[in-house]
Amino acid sequence: MRRLLFSLAAPVAAFALTVVISTIALWAFGSNPLEAYGDMVSHASKLETQVDILNRATPFYLSAVAAAIGFRMNLFNIGVEGQYLFAFLIAAQIGGLISLPQVLHILVIMIVAMVVGALYAGIAGVLKTTRGVNEVVSTIMLNSIAVSGLMAWLQRRWQADQGDNFTSTTLGTNPIDDSGLLPNVNGLLEVFTRDIGLGKELTGMLLVAVLVGIGYHVLLNRTRFGFDLRASGINPFAARAGGVPPKRMVVAAMLLSGGVAGLIGMVQLADVGKFPPDPIQGLGFAGIAVALLGRNHPAGMAFSAVLFAFLDVSSGVLDSTGAASREIATIMQGIVLLTAVVAYGVMSRVRERDEARATAEALLAEDTLVAA
Amino acid sequence: MSTAIELVGITKRFPGVVANDAVDLRVTAGEIHAICGENGAGKSTLMKILYGMQAPDEGTMRVNGTEVSFASPTDAIDAGIGMVHQHFMLADQLTVLENLILGAEPTKAGGRLDFASAEADLQRVAADYGLDVDLHEVVERLEVGERQRVEIIKVLYRGAEILILDEPTAVLVPQEVEALFENMRELKASGATILFIDHKLDEVLEIADTISVLRHGKMVSTLANEGVTASELAELMVGSELPTPDTAESTVTNVVALEVTNVTVLSEDRRPLVDNVSLQIHQGEILGIAGVEGNGQSELVDAIIGTERVNDGSISLHGDEITSWSVRERRTAGVGYVPEDRHHEGLLLTSPLWENAALGHQNTAPYGSKWFINRDGARQQTELIREQFDVRTPNIDVAAHALSGGNQQKLIVGRELTSNPSLLIAAHPTRGIDVGAQAAVWDQIRQARSNGLATLLISADLDELIGLSDTIVVMFRGKLVARLSPSAVTPRDLGGYMTGAQTQTLTEAAL
Ligand SMILES: Nc1ncnc2c1ncn2[C@@H]1O[C@H](COP(=O)(O)OP(=O)(O)OP(=O)(O)O)[C@@H](O)[C@H]1O
Ligand SMILES: [Mg+2]
Repeated sequence: MRRLLFSLAAPVAAFALTVVISTIALWAFGSNPLEAYGDMVSHASKLETQVDILNRATPFYLSAVAAAIGFRMNLFNIGVEGQYLFAFLIAAQIGGLISLPQVLHILVIMIVAMVVGALYAGIAGVLKTTRGVNEVVSTIMLNSIAVSGLMAWLQRRWQADQGDNFTSTTLGTNPIDDSGLLPNVNGLLEVFTRDIGLGKELTGMLLVAVLVGIGYHVLLNRTRFGFDLRASGINPFAARAGGVPPKRMVVAAMLLSGGVAGLIGMVQLADVGKFPPDPIQGLGFAGIAVALLGRNHPAGMAFSAVLFAFLDVSSGVLDSTGAASREIATIMQGIVLLTAVVAYGVMSRVRERDEARATAEALLAEDTLVAA
Repeated sequence: MSTAIELVGITKRFPGVVANDAVDLRVTAGEIHAICGENGAGKSTLMKILYGMQAPDEGTMRVNGTEVSFASPTDAIDAGIGMVHQHFMLADQLTVLENLILGAEPTKAGGRLDFASAEADLQRVAADYGLDVDLHEVVERLEVGERQRVEIIKVLYRGAEILILDEPTAVLVPQEVEALFENMRELKASGATILFIDHKLDEVLEIADTISVLRHGKMVSTLANEGVTASELAELMVGSELPTPDTAESTVTNVVALEVTNVTVLSEDRRPLVDNVSLQIHQGEILGIAGVEGNGQSELVDAIIGTERVNDGSISLHGDEITSWSVRERRTAGVGYVPEDRHHEGLLLTSPLWENAALGHQNTAPYGSKWFINRDGARQQTELIREQFDVRTPNIDVAAHALSGGNQQKLIVGRELTSNPSLLIAAHPTRGIDVGAQAAVWDQIRQARSNGLATLLISADLDELIGLSDTIVVMFRGKLVARLSPSAVTPRDLGGYMTGAQTQTLTEAAL
C-alpha cells in the first residue's frame, strides 16, 4: 500500500508541477490559462478526440518500447526514426506489389517491416561490436542516410504514377490492396459508448502495441534473455563474467529494438494504404522522450504515450479555438519531462527516509517490548 | 595531545537497519586509530559520515575542536579530511594523472589545465611517501594494489591531514602491507592523523595506537594498543575465538579436473602476461597461487573463466578441451567464479539480492532454464544462501549496494558454492569478510573440497593460502616460478618467492 502510494506520488507531483508552470507560461504569453485548459479538457472528453489520442499514442508507445529496449542495456538507439521510416517504405512497396489473402497479406507486410527495421538497426550493432563505433554516432548517421538518402531516392523510383500528372493522390508507393490493410478496432470503444462518428477509425495497431507491451514486460522480467539484457545494462563486466556474451547481446538488442521500430510506420500504413509522399516524421525522437518519462516501464510508457498524444492533439484545438498558441503543447511536453525527472529523484530519497524511520520505530517498539 | 576528531551520539538508519547507533568516537591528533568490527557493524557508514558522504540522522561532529556539518565530501576535504574507500572510486577510462587531478584541476592563466605542474606536484607527493605508480596508465588497466596507491596519492594531493582508509590492506600482499604501514608511519611522523578499518587483527595490533570496536552499530569499546592480544580483540568483535585456516586431512584424488597446458596470454602490445603456464588441479584438491598483484594471476584466471583470449596453449576441464568455449558454456559445465573485485565483476549493485544470486547461474536450476527465469526458485535459493552464509540483510529484495562490503562478499561466495561447481576459481574469497565469518567460509570450501571440488585459490592473505591449499605455486612475471608444499613453507619464504628474491629451478615434470 505504502509502496503504491510512493510510486504514484512522483508522477502526480510532476503533473501538478507541470500544470503550475504551464499556467504561468500561458499567462505570460497573454492567454487565459483557464480557458485553454477548459478547451483541452472539453475537447478530449469527446469520443472522436479520444480516438485521435489513441491513434497518436500507439506509434508513440511502439517507438518508446523500441528505445527502451536499448536503454535497458545502456544502448542509445537514436536511430528509431530512420529505422521506422525505412521499414515503412519497404513494407509499403512490397505490400503494394503482392496480393495475398487478408491475414497473410497483413502478416507479410508486418514481418517485412520488422525485419527491415531490425536489419537497419543491426548495422549499428555490428558496427559497434566489430569496429567499436559508438551507436549514437552510427544511428544518427543511419538516420540521415535513411531519410535524405534511401527514402528520397527510392520514393522517387517507386512513385505509383510515373506520368507527368503528379497529384497528391497519385504520389507515394503503389496503393496496397484492402487485403493488406489492418482493419480498425472501433468496436473496442463502441461497445462501451456510442458509434464513432466523423469517419474516425481506431487503429488496429493499438492491439499490436498492447501485445508488444506485454511481450516487452515478459521478455525483460521473465526470460533469461531479458535478465541478460538488464544485467549487461547494469554492469557489463559482471554480466560477462556471469556468462552473458557481450557482443551478441548488443547485436540482439539492436535487432529487437529495430524490429519494434519497424512497426511504428504500420499505424499510418493501415490508415493511408501506402507510403505517402509526406510520412509522419519525428515519431522516433518522440519515443525517446516517452520512454524517459515512462522510465522504460511497460505501463509507465503507456501512460506517458497517452499524455504526449493528448498534448499533441490538444495543440490543434488550442490553435483553432484561439485560446492559446499551439506551441504551448510542445512546451508542456518538455516541462512534464523535466519535472518528472526531478520528482522521481526527490521521491526515491523520501522513500528511503521513510523506510529508515519505519525501521527505527519498529526497533524501538521491540526494545520497549523486551524491556517490559 | 589535542583532539582531531570528536563524534558524539552519531546515529544513522537505513531501511531495515540501524547502521550507527549513538556512536561516540574521539581521535587524538597524530595517532593511528583502528576501527574494528564484524561485517555490517557500521564501520564504513561511520567513516562515510565523517567524510560528508552521508548525513547522520542524529549526533554532532567536531574536527580540531570546531563543530562541523558536512553537506558533501568537498566540505570534508576543505576541513582537511580525505578518504580512501573500501571500493575504489576511480574513473576507469581516464589515466591516473587525470583521475588524480579530477575535481582539483590546477589551471594556467586563462583557465587551461596545467598538466605539467600537476604532474610535477604529484611526482613529488608520490616520491615523498614512496608511492609508486605510472601517471600515464589508464586506470582500467591497473591492478587493485596500484589503484589503491592512486587513491592515497589523490587524498594527499588535496592536502588531507586526517586520512580515512577503509580496509586498505584487504587487497595487499604482506610485502605491500609492510610498505603501506611504512607510509602510514611516515605520514604520522609528519603530523597526519589516520583512521583505518581492518579485519586482520595482527595488522591492527602492529600499527594502531588506539583501537575502537563497533558491534551492531554500537561502539563497544575504545582501548589503547598496549598489551592487547588478537584473541581478546576477536572476543570483543564477534564474541568468539580467532580461527585459523587449517587444512584437514588431504582429499586429493588422482582424477584431473582442470588441466592448463602451456598457456600464454599476451597483452595488447604483445608482452606475455601469462607466460607458458601449465598446471593441473585434481578433484578434491585446492591449488593455491601466490603472487604479488600484477604478475599474471588475474589474466590466468580470466583465461580459465573465458573472458580473456588464450594466445597459445590449451585448457581442459574434466577431459574436454574448453579453450574455445564461451564463458557461459564453461560456467554451465560447472565452473564457479569468485572474482577479485566484487564490484567490478561480481555484482549488479542496483539490482535486488536475488537477482545477484542468480547472476552467472541464470540459465540453470533453481534460478532458471535456457529460456526463462524462475523467480520463486531464485528467491528460495537466495534465502538459503542468506541463511547458510550468514548474509546480514533485512530481506532479499534490497539492492546489493545496501549490503556492507563483507556481506556482499558472502553473497558471492555463497552463490558460487551453493551451485555445486566442480571447479571453483576463487580470487580472494574472504576479502573483506570478518574473522568470524571467514572461518565459516573456510569450512564451506573445505567441505566442498571433500566432496570432490577442485579449487584454484588466489589470495593475498598468505595464512589463508597456506592453511587451505594442498599445493601452492608461485607466480612471478607471468611464470610459475615455484611449487611448494604448504606444510613446509612459511609466509616469509613465500614472500621471498613472490618478489623474485628467492627462486627454485623447476623442471617441467615438477609442475
Ligand atoms: N546505502 C545503504 N542503504 C541501505 N543500507 C545500508 C546502506 N549502506 C549500509 N547499509 C547497511 O548498514 C549496515 C552497516 O554497513 P557498513 O557498510 O557500515 O558495514 P561495515 O561495518 O563497513 O561492514 P563490512 O566489514 O562488511 O564492510 C549494514 O547492515 C548495511 O546493510
Ligand atoms: Mg565496510
